[in-house]
Amino acid sequence: MSDAEALLVVSGVSKRFGGLAALDAVTLGVRRGEIFGLIGPNGAGKTTLFNVITGVYAPDTGEIRFCSGRVSGLKPHSIAERGIARTFQNIRLFANMTALENVMVGRHLRTTAGVIGAVLRGPRTRAEEAGIERRAHELLAYCGIAAHANELARALSYGDQRRLEIARALATEPQLLALDEPAAGMNATERAALTHLLERVRRDGTTLLLIEHDVKLVMGLCDRVAVLDYGRKIAEGTPPEVQSNPAVIEAYLGGTLA
Amino acid sequence: MESATSSHARASPLRSTPARIAFYLAIAALLVAAPFLIDAAFGRTWVRIVDIALLFVMLALGLNIVVGYAGLLDLGYIAFFAVGAYCYALLASPQFDLHWSFIALLPLGAVVAAFFGVLLGAPTLRLRGDYLAIVTLGFGEIIRIFLNNLNRPYNITNGPQGITLIDPLHIGSASLAKTHTIAGITIAPVHGYYFAFLACAAISVFISMRLEDSRIGRAWIAIREDELAAAAMGINTRNVKLLAFAMGATFGGVAGGLFASFQGFISPESFTLLDSIMVLCMVVLGGMGNVFGVALGAVLLTALPEALRHAAPLQQAWFGTVYVDPSDLRMLMFGLALVLMMLFRPAGLWPSSIRRRELAAERQPSGAEGADVRR
Repeated sequence: MSDAEALLVVSGVSKRFGGLAALDAVTLGVRRGEIFGLIGPNGAGKTTLFNVITGVYAPDTGEIRFCSGRVSGLKPHSIAERGIARTFQNIRLFANMTALENVMVGRHLRTTAGVIGAVLRGPRTRAEEAGIERRAHELLAYCGIAAHANELARALSYGDQRRLEIARALATEPQLLALDEPAAGMNATERAALTHLLERVRRDGTTLLLIEHDVKLVMGLCDRVAVLDYGRKIAEGTPPEVQSNPAVIEAYLGGTLA
Repeated sequence: MESATSSHARASPLRSTPARIAFYLAIAALLVAAPFLIDAAFGRTWVRIVDIALLFVMLALGLNIVVGYAGLLDLGYIAFFAVGAYCYALLASPQFDLHWSFIALLPLGAVVAAFFGVLLGAPTLRLRGDYLAIVTLGFGEIIRIFLNNLNRPYNITNGPQGITLIDPLHIGSASLAKTHTIAGITIAPVHGYYFAFLACAAISVFISMRLEDSRIGRAWIAIREDELAAAAMGINTRNVKLLAFAMGATFGGVAGGLFASFQGFISPESFTLLDSIMVLCMVVLGGMGNVFGVALGAVLLTALPEALRHAAPLQQAWFGTVYVDPSDLRMLMFGLALVLMMLFRPAGLWPSSIRRRELAAERQPSGAEGADVRR
């Protein structure tokens, strides 16, 4: 993959927790503008890889480059600043803030007002605040939850909370949006709406990296897919390629049937 | 989403402008008349108690930034009060024969306290909850013990004897420590200081409210809610936490300077762990995170122990003898009041969630239904 099309390059990344190799020399590349899926059985290391990419953990070995710059070893907030936003498997919203305020927090990175600006609230700060609020409303509408703007995040339905996480992440103006099981716990209608939303996010120019359990959703949505098993990448390719890969079938079905 | 609905209307249920102006004028008139009314009704002692209550309003608002907004449990907050007080006392007393103006000393106290805030914050960044509480508790004690022992080998703080004859505040050449008569109104020191403290407390309320409803305030609250998610949203949690410690400390520093000038005497005894806990109680009881709740908590918890002093004469009148020593009874009643409060109003007297509910009711669907707006 040439550097021009590679947005995120993970090369030889390992991460151990005690005696457990959560990630074992994982290498993969995400191209600009694609939807890249990451699948694998429970405990395969998908979320660990996410946490390494977004700076929650530093990798033991290997390197992660984003937009041709090294991001491995940076703090989460620096990685967010460089353009990687994420959602969490077990939703982590600011529960006692309203939906609108949650998205407004996401604008933190792209705004500048400090203590003095906040206290004096001059024309510039006021304009910035109005801009933050306007953008937050836009993003809530974009994700289809405009009607819940003033409800507390914890009062939203499960599906809406997942959408709110996406809206909040988009508020940071990411180039890469990393979603950890965005469809978990959703019913069929909500899944269809989510698929629609994610396709639109991609069409509007954001690359997507997606962990998902629902193989049907992944195969329908993703351009390319990588499969992890016991911390190692066992396959990478287009959905049809991966689906017919014997190693993948073995990992999922235990090698009894094909 | 006009800015009017977003930032101004939420504090008061009064909608129409004339009604609101009348309401605020009435409050202002009441606050100006308060010291004289209290003086006439209850005596000068109570004006003094109100003065102290205003200082505690500032302290509680400062601690509210750290505990209420950023969610960092600080049990040594009184140390910043001490730092501000000693900063003022050392530079405006016969101790070193320095007599700087309060105009320089109050901001200096704020800056020095902020420095100590960062000094406390830096090593505790990774700690939360109980662990943070223990370290901050230790910090508060360290400051007090330092002040107690900094009289040898060089006498800096005068040790446990404290610093006396601290310069009072003054307006031009008129000292607030003297009684003045203006237009037939007698303005005793407690009255003059009341207005100075009221002004500072009002500024503290203003700064707190502005900060809460800002980019920085949202970042603090986000960290309180979920630190990892806040970091993933690009908030530099280290800087934002240090900022909370520093901002909170400035309130304490200014209040300390005012306290030193008001009392004219300070010693390390005024800055014990119990005082830290008292300020924390004000924040929690009043309604953590809500500016007016916290201010109310400060006033009530300053006044309550004083009011309970009257238990002795009451016993004398009812039973003919004093069964329970009033100083024991005070703390007993105080403890009981705290327990009852926590049982019946665990979110505080005036919790901030009410503001949120009002906010939600006021703002209702504010348009933004236009879908294809992104990019």
